[in-house]
Amino acid sequence: MNQPRSFRTEAVVIRHADWGEADRILTLFTREQGKLRVLAKGARKVLSRKAGHLEPFTRVTLQLARGRDLPIVTQVETLDAYLPLRDDLLKVGYAAYVLELIDRLTYDEEGNTFSLFRLLTETLERIASEADGWLAVRYYEMRLLDFLGFRPKLFECANCGRPVEPRDQYFSPGVGGVICPQCGMGLPGLWNVDVETLKYLRHFQRSSYAEAVRARPNAEARKKIEALMQAYFTYLLERELNTPGFLKRVRT
Amino acid sequence: MLLPQPLQNLVLAFERLPGIGPKSASRLAFFLLRAPEDVSRQLADALIALKQNTAFCPECFNIMQAGRERCEICESRARDERVICVVEEPLDVLALERVGAYKGKYHVLHGVLSPIEGIGPDDLKIKPLLERVARGGVTEVILATNPSMEGDATALYLRQQLLPFGVQVTRLARGLPVGGDLEYADQNTLLRALSGRQEMT
Ligand SMILES: [Zn+2]
Ligand SMILES: [Zn+2]
Repeated sequence: MNQPRSFRTEAVVIRHADWGEADRILTLFTREQGKLRVLAKGARKVLSRKAGHLEPFTRVTLQLARGRDLPIVTQVETLDAYLPLRDDLLKVGYAAYVLELIDRLTYDEEGNTFSLFRLLTETLERIASEADGWLAVRYYEMRLLDFLGFRPKLFECANCGRPVEPRDQYFSPGVGGVICPQCGMGLPGLWNVDVETLKYLRHFQRSSYAEAVRARPNAEARKKIEALMQAYFTYLLERELNTPGFLKRVRT
Repeated sequence: MLLPQPLQNLVLAFERLPGIGPKSASRLAFFLLRAPEDVSRQLADALIALKQNTAFCPECFNIMQAGRERCEICESRARDERVICVVEEPLDVLALERVGAYKGKYHVLHGVLSPIEGIGPDDLKIKPLLERVARGGVTEVILATNPSMEGDATALYLRQQLLPFGVQVTRLARGLPVGGDLEYADQNTLLRALSGRQEMT
């Protein structure tokens, strides 16, 4: 393989970890390659020109040089710091949730991530600029499931294929979709999903963002929708997510 | 070349320290091997005393000598009890003390909130801080967490939690680092520097 020694990319900083005396290892989500770990030398020094540009939740353009192990950041510039995120604890939590999902659900250097990158940056932009980031996060969850091949079946019973009727249904995380009351009766591992929650989930799944934001679920419905989606992601990951706990704490 | 076991053990122990690679580790180990015996003995004594003779102050959670009731700063009558400066790590206290301009008390959080890493309020010394403020007598809490995403989030959370107590909550001013170059500053730093600008006197 003949790879160039130096390359340019656009990325969102997902997380960072201290490395050695003054360096940082960053996990990025890049436009071209998807998740990528890189080394930022001297990023912890107060005078570092790079540090401020390499904070989590920042969209950057960077020049990377192939290192012995990880690519090394040689230049970086902020494209969008999504500043309103920094002054609102709930928005910090939303952005962290969005990034945690993409971090946990994708593999390093998957490639072909243009659309996923666009979804990510659009979502961060929406959370930052809109008064309420809740809908942007729900819309993101649905699109993310599409991209990852986990699009839940919400219009036909995932077992018998009959159209879902307007009444309370079951949801199977294993099969990935709604199971009608006839098929689901007495089966283990199914969750209940009421008519209203399902109505909103279907709306988010089949709508553009402009249409999706017209939904006005009340507080009760929001709780149920959010709980179901988080439970589904936890099921897919086979592990608890960190950020829902944080969100719960800052909402009180 | 295979090193004799005692030397190998020391090299491995050094390698576990932050910022020390295999090369530095061997260099340090060989230095001690050649140096007079009291050099390594002093080092060994200091290392053992480090864990045995230190503890966290039950009031501010800074590091103090074991056996004390509270740390020197908490006990000092010369320090203003009405002001508490909240920092991430004991090293931050050291940095502020070196400047010598601050005359209030401290509170060490031992970390910052990090939603994505799963570090929440209960993992930090936040509850003891709120209890300190609840006891009364505090008029100002200075939030001196780092100007990072996590430091900012921690400050936001603390502000939210401190609001009901009616104390003044301030944040360390942030701006361009001395010796820094405007051209290379990021949006966040520039914006904060602009909003925190001061009249020249
Ligand atoms: Zn069915
Ligand atoms: Zn103390």
